[in-house]
Amino acid sequence: MKNTAATPVLSICNVGKAFGENWVLSDVSLDIMPGEIHAICGENGAGKSTLMNILFGMPVIQSTGGYTGKILIDGEEQKITSPEQAIAKGIGMVHQEFMLVPGFTVGENIKLNREPLLSSLASRIFGSRLKKVDFAKISSESQHTLNRLGVEMQESSMIETLPVGYMQFAEIAREIDKENTKVLILDEPTAVLTESEAELVLNIVQHLSDMGIAVVLITHRIQDIKQVADTVTVLRDGKNVRTVAVKDISEGEIAQLMVGRDLDLTAIEKRSGELSGEIALTTKNLVVDMPGEQVNGVDLEIRKGEIFGIGGLAGQGKVGIANGLMGNYPTEGEISVFGKPLKLNSPKDSIAAKLAFVSEDRRRMGFAPNLSIGENIAAPSMVAHNRFFKKFGFFEQVDEKAVRETAEKNIQEFQIKCTGPDQPVGTLSGGNQQKVCVASALELSPDILLVSEPTRGIDVGAKNTVLNTISQINREKGVTVIFTSSELAELRQMCDRIAIVSQGKIVEIMKPDASDEEFGLAMSGERREA
Amino acid sequence: MKIKRFLMSNAVPILFAFLCIAGIRLSGTPIATILSDVVNRFDRNILLVLSLIIPVTCGLGMNFGIVLGAMCGQMGLVFVTLMNLTGMTAILAAALIGLVTAVICGILAGKLLNRTKGQEMITSMIVGYFSNGIYQFIFLFLIGGVIHISHKIILSGGVGIKNTIDLSHLQYSLDNLKIFGLGGKVDVFTGIIFFAVFFAACMTISALRNRKFDRNYIIRTAICAVFVVASLIMTGQERFMMAKMLIRIPIPSFLLVTFFCWLITWFMKTKLGQDMRAIGHDRDVALASGIKVDQTRIIAVVISTVLAAWGQIMFYQNLGTVDAYYGHEKVGTFCVAAILIGGASVKKANIGHAILGTILFHLLYNVSPLASQKLFNDSMVGGYFRMTICYGVIAVALMLHVWESRNSGLKEKRGEKKSGKPAKAL
Ligand SMILES: Nc1ncnc2c1ncn2[C@@H]1O[C@H](COP(=O)(O)OP(=O)(O)OP(=O)(O)O)[C@@H](O)[C@H]1O
Ligand SMILES: [Mg+2]
Repeated sequence: MKNTAATPVLSICNVGKAFGENWVLSDVSLDIMPGEIHAICGENGAGKSTLMNILFGMPVIQSTGGYTGKILIDGEEQKITSPEQAIAKGIGMVHQEFMLVPGFTVGENIKLNREPLLSSLASRIFGSRLKKVDFAKISSESQHTLNRLGVEMQESSMIETLPVGYMQFAEIAREIDKENTKVLILDEPTAVLTESEAELVLNIVQHLSDMGIAVVLITHRIQDIKQVADTVTVLRDGKNVRTVAVKDISEGEIAQLMVGRDLDLTAIEKRSGELSGEIALTTKNLVVDMPGEQVNGVDLEIRKGEIFGIGGLAGQGKVGIANGLMGNYPTEGEISVFGKPLKLNSPKDSIAAKLAFVSEDRRRMGFAPNLSIGENIAAPSMVAHNRFFKKFGFFEQVDEKAVRETAEKNIQEFQIKCTGPDQPVGTLSGGNQQKVCVASALELSPDILLVSEPTRGIDVGAKNTVLNTISQINREKGVTVIFTSSELAELRQMCDRIAIVSQGKIVEIMKPDASDEEFGLAMSGERREA
Repeated sequence: MKIKRFLMSNAVPILFAFLCIAGIRLSGTPIATILSDVVNRFDRNILLVLSLIIPVTCGLGMNFGIVLGAMCGQMGLVFVTLMNLTGMTAILAAALIGLVTAVICGILAGKLLNRTKGQEMITSMIVGYFSNGIYQFIFLFLIGGVIHISHKIILSGGVGIKNTIDLSHLQYSLDNLKIFGLGGKVDVFTGIIFFAVFFAACMTISALRNRKFDRNYIIRTAICAVFVVASLIMTGQERFMMAKMLIRIPIPSFLLVTFFCWLITWFMKTKLGQDMRAIGHDRDVALASGIKVDQTRIIAVVISTVLAAWGQIMFYQNLGTVDAYYGHEKVGTFCVAAILIGGASVKKANIGHAILGTILFHLLYNVSPLASQKLFNDSMVGGYFRMTICYGVIAVALMLHVWESRNSGLKEKRGEKKSGKPAKAL
């Protein structure tokens, strides 16, 4: 601990929270000192985000009956019932799901509700809300903050045109820009970032802590905890299992504490035998106009039964490729699937050609939040393959039973933590939402599976399950997989070949056993000498 | 590519512009006659249409509740008539009554809309119908029945007011207002010259203040200059005589409209306006950043209702007779149709949409009966046609909206993409 001031900036005392009958937090207590980096980890659905939402006064907490227990800031009890109050008390939060206004610029988002204002005649008469917003100052100040972060971003870019990694930086910039922040909550800030970008975030966290700001860091990357955190708290099923200084515990022990049983870390089965020579998918001069992830001419030849990896830094176009194949963004060039040309810009045709997609952006494209787990898993198959219907003479009706059974099977298989197949997906924890997305794509029984950041926000144990499931359907059913990820380790573990994308083009296609340096070079856009 | 995108995103106004041109050709009416009517109707309607912009920006969709504001405006007019006020005094008094009642109604309506988030448009429509009952109760029963007054607009039985009320005591008092002998209605060329000089002067003052004479400024002033020169040339020519005689521009009213346009633009750049934009884009995010969402939404509804009240007063000072019981009923649908035709959507609307939409809507309104007379030998078809368009445009826009918001979740599951841009009508 860097600061030994006696009173903690933030104390959580015996906090509990129930959603209906379901107690997701009980009797959680923690103290956080100024300048401390306090990591919180736990399985998907352990209650981490819920705890943070309580601290930040998020409306979901109030609308579901509030919480029990006490929260102390600087030793004084506070009842925080709205984000507004939390912000006033010096709490900042980077949410697990992005909290950015899509139609605003980065600068406007950084200064959201803290805009520099100019007083005018009208504001003197009618009150301060009629002060003029000083847009010039928004630009200059927010650009300054971005530069301080060390990311190359323009404050004038529209949020909706940014790659997800950059949105993450915009959120962090917004919190750093606040001057009165005493406690900063970061809910999985590195989930969508590559190693080098995550490094940047961790440096910022370190820097903030040096300035005396307490940081609460939620992450599934245990190595990050080891690297920066002072203290770690492990939550399991809504209970504080242990709070301990990071130096006194090993990575393995943390993982063990999280799941409370031995981790199933069976390695991905190696491929036995050779791939057939058949080509599953080719692209010629693929150009995808995806804002922030532009693809500028990519030629691919992917063999049947292969797991083909795509890696690279945020904003370089790696996620654009899969989105182009699915017809989600304006695409040019040629695509052919098993020798047949695919109609471009038509998601329907892509699905009909038996492609299935797990999107990297689950909040915007992943699922229907108000529908149940069962409906979410079944819906794509209903639309694409007419599954889950039963016939009554001339009528067709949704086969509720089949939907339920499928949902239950998937809940089992992916350990989705929920109250049952009827729980709306919007109320699941982030990692569990991700599992639903993966499950519904697999339920389509595709020939070619495109997965982008499939393990985003998923805990160590479940990550293994997801990866194993993907490799299983690949090995057993011969499904071709295009695997896009920011995480190099994951790519190397899964893929037969890995294409590294930079500036919208493929720099190089590498073997998974190439060295770190070689990958690093490729990501920075330099081609290795032959 | 760029041209295609432009055409795609402005498909609605372009389509209607073509319809209008075709209608003008078919009807065979001289353009000057049509324009004189359109200028008149524009003057009547534009403020009502402008009142729709702020709720859209704030994410409330099309505020059919402006009917409420229209009622408040009418109420003001009826009361000033009962009080025997005339001229500008009457208008100002009516505006004041309208302001007070509209603020109250706006707050109530806003509170209701806050309880029915996600269904604002249908709620505001129902609010309109519901308050119609109260309104009629006041004028059919309370006046005369409870409050005893004798006046020529009270029905002969002594209870309730007449259906149509003559407003000749205040008609045109705004349109014809003269300050130091200047103003009133002028012919079209003088009008154009006046406004071109006025805009150029405003821009120059603002440029001087900011010490910024950029390309935009130069282009805009040049356009103004072109208008002035063109008008100067045309005004003396024989073949424009008819236009000069028929089309009359009410300078004070148009100045007032300009002022409101400026006010809305200015307002959107204030803190309150910025908050409204944030809420309109994403309510959850706005809330999480500490913006007072509910309060801000109520303010948006209040502003809209007040503008609608004043809009209705402006409407009737030009028309000259109030349809006391039914005058407000179609205001909501007509204005919504107009702004949609101008290219707005339930998620995006600006002053340009309002102005263009009002012009196109009234052009079509004007030419469709004559055009259909020529085409089908029956002018009724035109009447049906314009009603169909009016409701059709609204229906399509609403359907698109529902479809988009429903599919934003489900459709993406099938791998289809949610268009990042706001929904466009048609
Ligand atoms: N609005 C809600 N209504 C009902 N249940 C909810 C709601 N929000 C969260 N839950 C439940 O609370 C539990 C804890 O969720 P929480 O989001 O806190 O998990 P988490 O630890 O952040 O997990 P992850 O690592 O996946 O983000 C979950 O089982 C979830 O289903
Ligand atoms: Mg979470």
